[in-house]
Amino acid sequence: MADRAQPVSGAAGVGAAAFVAALILGTLAAVALRAEPGKGLGPADWQALRFTLMQAALSAVFSVALAVPVARALARRRFPGRAALITLLGAPFILPVIVAVLGLLAVFGRAGWVSQALGAVGLEPLRIYGLHGVVLAHVFFNLPLATRLILQGWQEIPAERFRLAAQLGAGPGAIWRLLERPMLARVAPGALAVVFAICLSSFAVALTLGGGPRATTVELAIYQAFHFDFDLGRAALLSCIQIALTVIAASLALRARPGGGFGAGLDRPVQRWDANTTGLRLLDTGAIALAALFLLLPLAAIALSGLPGLPQLPLSVFRAAATSVLIALGSTAILLLLAVPMAATVALARHALWVELAGLLGLAVSPLVIGIGLFVVIYPLADPFALALPVTALVNAVMALPFALRILVPRAQAVIGDYGRLGASLNMGGGPFLRLVLLPRMRAQIGFAAGLGAALSMGDLGVIALFADTEVATLPLQIYRLMGAYRMEAAAGAALLLLVLSMLAFWIFDRGGRWHAEA
Amino acid sequence: MLRLEDAVIRNGEFTVRADWAVDGGARVAVIGPSGAGKTTLIEAIAGFRPLERGRILWDGRDITGDAPGKRPVAMLFQDGNLFPHLTVAENAGLGLRPDLRLNAEQKARVRAALTRVGLAGLEDRKPGALSGGQQSRAALARVLLQDRPLLLLDEPFAALGPALKVEMLDLVAALAEETGATLLMISHDPDDARRIADQAILVAVGTAHPPQPTAALLDNPPPALRDYLGET
Repeated sequence: MADRAQPVSGAAGVGAAAFVAALILGTLAAVALRAEPGKGLGPADWQALRFTLMQAALSAVFSVALAVPVARALARRRFPGRAALITLLGAPFILPVIVAVLGLLAVFGRAGWVSQALGAVGLEPLRIYGLHGVVLAHVFFNLPLATRLILQGWQEIPAERFRLAAQLGAGPGAIWRLLERPMLARVAPGALAVVFAICLSSFAVALTLGGGPRATTVELAIYQAFHFDFDLGRAALLSCIQIALTVIAASLALRARPGGGFGAGLDRPVQRWDANTTGLRLLDTGAIALAALFLLLPLAAIALSGLPGLPQLPLSVFRAAATSVLIALGSTAILLLLAVPMAATVALARHALWVELAGLLGLAVSPLVIGIGLFVVIYPLADPFALALPVTALVNAVMALPFALRILVPRAQAVIGDYGRLGASLNMGGGPFLRLVLLPRMRAQIGFAAGLGAALSMGDLGVIALFADTEVATLPLQIYRLMGAYRMEAAAGAALLLLVLSMLAFWIFDRGGRWHAEA
Repeated sequence: MLRLEDAVIRNGEFTVRADWAVDGGARVAVIGPSGAGKTTLIEAIAGFRPLERGRILWDGRDITGDAPGKRPVAMLFQDGNLFPHLTVAENAGLGLRPDLRLNAEQKARVRAALTRVGLAGLEDRKPGALSGGQQSRAALARVLLQDRPLLLLDEPFAALGPALKVEMLDLVAALAEETGATLLMISHDPDDARRIADQAILVAVGTAHPPQPTAALLDNPPPALRDYLGET
């Protein structure tokens, strides 16, 4: 369609994309220029690199291997609560890492429920700190993601194939060979690569459950070089390593995208005639129950162990909570100012590729690397510590941008596809079309994206750890400080508060987007 | 007067040629086999499809390069003629001001237009709460307020039942009569064409033929049209 037949201009989106690209590429350049390769990598740095790769590989293998039976059970069983369980699998995405860590400690920690049970029968308590703990927490976060990815693979097998298999008398074994194994061979590498890439830039988990020379990730080493030694040159050098890691992992994840499928079906509902033996039923029930317990127990533990701490929360926690709410609001505003124009520009197919690429840049860099880069840029001009809060809000927004665009772009495309011509024939300019058509019709998606952005920002423990001095703290950082001071009850109470605030932030925005929304 | 001068419109693989004029105030049906390019022709006149060659003129003024909203054209599409989140009055009001900043006098004109098409009292409904016929009336109220001299219809009433469709076409004819607008409407139904349009443009085999009297064309159809109509 001719360019002039579109009512909206793409300029704002191009501007937003250019800003994001300049921010990310500029900070990367600053980091690269500031790095001091002269000293080279010390043994501790090599150890951090090895540990980063190993924990990411283990986390990916465990997450995906455990996800296969869960996804298979969800794919071939229908039971009440199944939809709720699949929705729950999305929840860890907006769950603050520090909350999950405290929940995992309450269940699997030295004084946790499992250790107490082991002690009752005379066994040693579990040790959660170190490699086990880091992998455990990563599996907690990524088992649901891997399950969703693999379940999608199962759901992409058209109903017609299962019908044909049943007609041919194929049992569970034959269906596994004919349909399920080839599907997994296609889908599993992608899932492995995604989880591996996510775990490579793990910071908050390593900060809380790792540490020490034997369990330090590159991200954590960046933080330590910066925070404890204030060795900016080394932090920048480590950041370059982290950049190389994320770029390699991201390209792996992109390359492992499944190609070639099972062909199209006619979208008949999938019916399964196989897997009706008692043994398989028990197996599937067990897989689903164990996965649900693994995800729900830590959350229940937070609620239970946090409640007693709530009344005695120190004032510092409430100050930190107020700071976190402010940052979340600011970050959400920045996110929408960037994402909505970018989505409109992509939908108009104007410079779409470049704008989309700029939006994806956030996936290719870790927040700590951006943080170090911003520090290098800001340091000669102003006191970076005084800018801790705005910088945190900005970095959080850029990190949430790829996810926001995935939510907004398809809807913007649909709205412009459906109503772009009508708007053009009515001579609606960019402003009126935006105000009267695009924004109202994207409200639900904008609300959802804002909710995700707000919750992610509220729970983030990353850049703020770099920039904050003792005066300033967000709620996640304050919880970390309470943990460091062994005030576990207060930490659990604050974690419950953070959990409630994050979920509330998501709920309010998401709900607001759908409030009184019609048609 | 609408004039297409040696115009060639491309839509993917095929092209439509047109070189003719339609008199001001005429009511013209655009007929022809499916896929021959009727919609392509209408879209080019409305400005949604660029010309590969030639010019489009309205009353001697070259409008070939004008944006859709700047042309003397009001158009009704096959579907999606109303914004579902706006009220009937707002949808109609867009015909007066696309930014909807209406003053009291303009709001009164919106009410009058809605009354004219038989929607008095439904101003605050959303399209979803209207019947198919009422939705068509709301879109026609907007066309009335747009007050453009050229009205293009790309079968906006195809989803309505036969009686309702005839009712809407009669309303369109009456409105065109009142405003003196020139009407170009795509039609699949020869009876509709006879009923509303005194002239017809046959689009077939890559060419939009000059307008001819509808009755003569349908009574003595050329081979391409005869195959399409399925007459013996």
